[in-house]
Amino acid sequence: MPTLTVNGRAQAVAAEPETPLLYVLRDEFGLNGAKFGCGLGQCGACTVEVEGRAVLSCLTPIGLLEGRPVTTVEGLGTPENPGPLQAAFIAENAAQCGYCIAGMVMRAYALLRNNPHPGEAEIRDALRLNLCRCGTHMRILAAVRRAAGREPAATGATP
Amino acid sequence: MALTRRTLLVGGALLVGIGLPRPARAAAPTGSLPAAPRIDAWIRLGEDGAATVLTGKAELGQGIKTALIQVAAEELGLDPASVHLVTADTELTPNEGYTAGSHSMQDSATAIRLAAAAARALLAEAAGRRLGLPPESLTVADGAVAAPDGMRLPFGELVQEVDLEAEVPATTPLRDPATYTMVGRPLPRVDIPGKVAGAASYVQDIRAPGMVHARILRPPRPGARLVALEAESVAARSGVIRVHRDGDFVAVLAEREYAAVTALRALARVAVWQGGTVVPEPDALFSDLAGRKAERTVIHEAGAGTPVPAGRRLTAQYRRRYQMHGSIGPSCAVAEFDGSRLTVWSHAQGMFPLRKALAEMLALPEDQVRCIHVEGSGCYGHNGADDAAGDAALLARALPGRPVRVQYTREQEHLWEPYGGAMLTEASAVLGPDGRIADWDYSVRSPTHLTRPPGAGQLLSARMLEKPFRAPPPKALPQPEGGGDRNAIPLYRLPRARVAHDFVTDMPLRVSALRSLGAYMNVFSIESFLDELAEAAGADPVAFRLAHLDDPRARAVIEAAAERFGWGRTLQRGHGAGFAFARYKNLAAYCALAVEVAVARESGRVRLVRAQGAVDAGQIVNPHGIRDQIEGGIIQAMSWSLFEAVAHDAEGPTSRDWSTYPIARFPDIPERLDVHLIDRPGAPFLGAGEVAQGPTAAALANAIRQAAGVRLRELPMRPELVKAGIGV
Repeated sequence: MPTLTVNGRAQAVAAEPETPLLYVLRDEFGLNGAKFGCGLGQCGACTVEVEGRAVLSCLTPIGLLEGRPVTTVEGLGTPENPGPLQAAFIAENAAQCGYCIAGMVMRAYALLRNNPHPGEAEIRDALRLNLCRCGTHMRILAAVRRAAGREPAATGATP
Repeated sequence: MALTRRTLLVGGALLVGIGLPRPARAAAPTGSLPAAPRIDAWIRLGEDGAATVLTGKAELGQGIKTALIQVAAEELGLDPASVHLVTADTELTPNEGYTAGSHSMQDSATAIRLAAAAARALLAEAAGRRLGLPPESLTVADGAVAAPDGMRLPFGELVQEVDLEAEVPATTPLRDPATYTMVGRPLPRVDIPGKVAGAASYVQDIRAPGMVHARILRPPRPGARLVALEAESVAARSGVIRVHRDGDFVAVLAEREYAAVTALRALARVAVWQGGTVVPEPDALFSDLAGRKAERTVIHEAGAGTPVPAGRRLTAQYRRRYQMHGSIGPSCAVAEFDGSRLTVWSHAQGMFPLRKALAEMLALPEDQVRCIHVEGSGCYGHNGADDAAGDAALLARALPGRPVRVQYTREQEHLWEPYGGAMLTEASAVLGPDGRIADWDYSVRSPTHLTRPPGAGQLLSARMLEKPFRAPPPKALPQPEGGGDRNAIPLYRLPRARVAHDFVTDMPLRVSALRSLGAYMNVFSIESFLDELAEAAGADPVAFRLAHLDDPRARAVIEAAAERFGWGRTLQRGHGAGFAFARYKNLAAYCALAVEVAVARESGRVRLVRAQGAVDAGQIVNPHGIRDQIEGGIIQAMSWSLFEAVAHDAEGPTSRDWSTYPIARFPDIPERLDVHLIDRPGAPFLGAGEVAQGPTAAALANAIRQAAGVRLRELPMRPELVKAGIGV
């Protein structure tokens, strides 16, 4: 029985090693952040962070993850006490339906861990693997810029 | 997410059934109030002084929860944190039909505002009785009624003395918009903190005790029939509860989700299908559409008795391919049947129509079916949500006492959702000697844009049962809102005009409502053609539009967008600017849009560089809410217009995932996107959620014309069309 460490909590998991991480996160750990979007590694809704890298949990078998701590959006803060990156998304209204957002946050989290002050092109390039259908892209970019301590977005509503 | 049923205690108020019909009201807008005229249909007050607000509309990601809370908080005089909102639930909330057509603010916010104002008036009267003061001398704010001497009576102390069962009086005084402290402010979205931190926010996140996981087996192509299914090996798999079959509707039920995933793959291997409907090849799509039987309605005629004026006649035809909703989360639903009552949790747009369809399908009385809206992934119209709810209901009946969660696969959502239909338009106009449009003739050929429930036959699986339900014949949505002919009548001053709608009654692929319905195509056509006429007249496109417009609010958004964009400035080589305008449905929000594109001549690739919108949505409730709807609309419509067409062959759709149906990604997102909002304090709310779709398509086409000299008349405007136009 593989043991996984998710958000600092180690747990033996009653699942075959080939089981994709996504189903274990949702069903064994009871976490909601990582979403089922395609199961094909095309949309990024299931993105989590492993050892500084953004990982698609719908494609990653848990057998590869023993001894490798996994961080999901739940590991960054709570709705009442959000972490800095989550707070940036809240401040920028960076969600419409929000189904893609936990994946966006985790993709950005992995980027900022490796590169705390990315440029605009680096942010866009990092996020290119994650799809958003509501068209919240400008808000998401603004949130990542804010978390990276960069100037506020060159975009917005004027009264 | 814990499930709460039948009763719900929120803010100290016990919620039960509501409302009785009464005669319609007239005069000022009343939204959905006439259908549920009692105050307590919309507003309840608790002993703790908090309010519970009920809406028949649903949160689809458009931010409606936040806006409705603001409206109620403003009229009540209550902190928004003390306002709890309950959204569409057939047992608790008013029946407001579908959450669609950019109606939520017009319908629900208007009703809630009036009901909240009526509740406030009753609170003031109750306080006045206690204090021996006239109600007009009292102030209602911060959850209390205050006397001039500073004496305060909190709402909670007055609740027993107000009768919220009363109907909202026709003469309820509303707060003066000049005194607003909550409406008009960018209150942060109430749902985002949970969504960025993994709180249970979606129907996908429901985990009910004893819940089972279901996966549906779909045919390999539309219309195929199941001729053999040796399912014993699948049923015997570890963790599988059973394989359910009713006609061609087949599902596997398992204790754990991943067991259901793998069992479905096994099930697909043992199913044998035969036949299927024949779909025209993509090359024949438009000739097929042009040849289909259609019912013609002339929806607008002006100056028919006058002779056709002299001048230069221009004609053009425009085309639009099938496009899909493409929700990021495939549809999901949970249902539970206790032997007599069915409860369904769904992210569909209409809980009451869904209840009707489910009751018909299962032959249950409607009052034994409850539908509760829970958020899902954004839908942008009629996607797979209703179908998933239907599947969950069928399976819950087969497994009484256990909640059943149905989750579609990516491929199922892509292949089986009802698409936005292929369309054709024809425009013809005479340019008079004065450079103005002297005659206008326009027709739109379109399939239906509405195949939603309440008919059981609108649910995909209901058509596959042993005793199948048939889809009812499609009906055209009437003007003034229209369906395929939505926004087919230009807002421009046209002394002589004729507009016809050719309603195609039968389509080879399943179609239904996609954000803005026919407005996307009609505005693309009309606003492209306006530019073609302006070019022929040697006129500036913005000046040409203004020369044909009288409505001052239309002119204001056009002038604002043009000015802020820097219309008329020289752009770098390979770039072009384009403009477009529409008032959604000719009765909702106004939107003007200027865009700059870059066209790569060798690849034909078009990139949206920047966009400047200007919008008038009447009284603004939450400026960030409107901004986000417009930004999102522009980006989504840019994706539709540059990249998206459902691929299909003779056997049906072949766009089965994001590689076969690519949509915009971050590298396609503009460098700048600005939205200018024109506030109209005190004016009626005008729905803004769909207004950007059409203008975006046309502004892009007009900008491509300026950048590359190519006039594209087909959506999507893919690189191969650009290259063919340029001749490379």
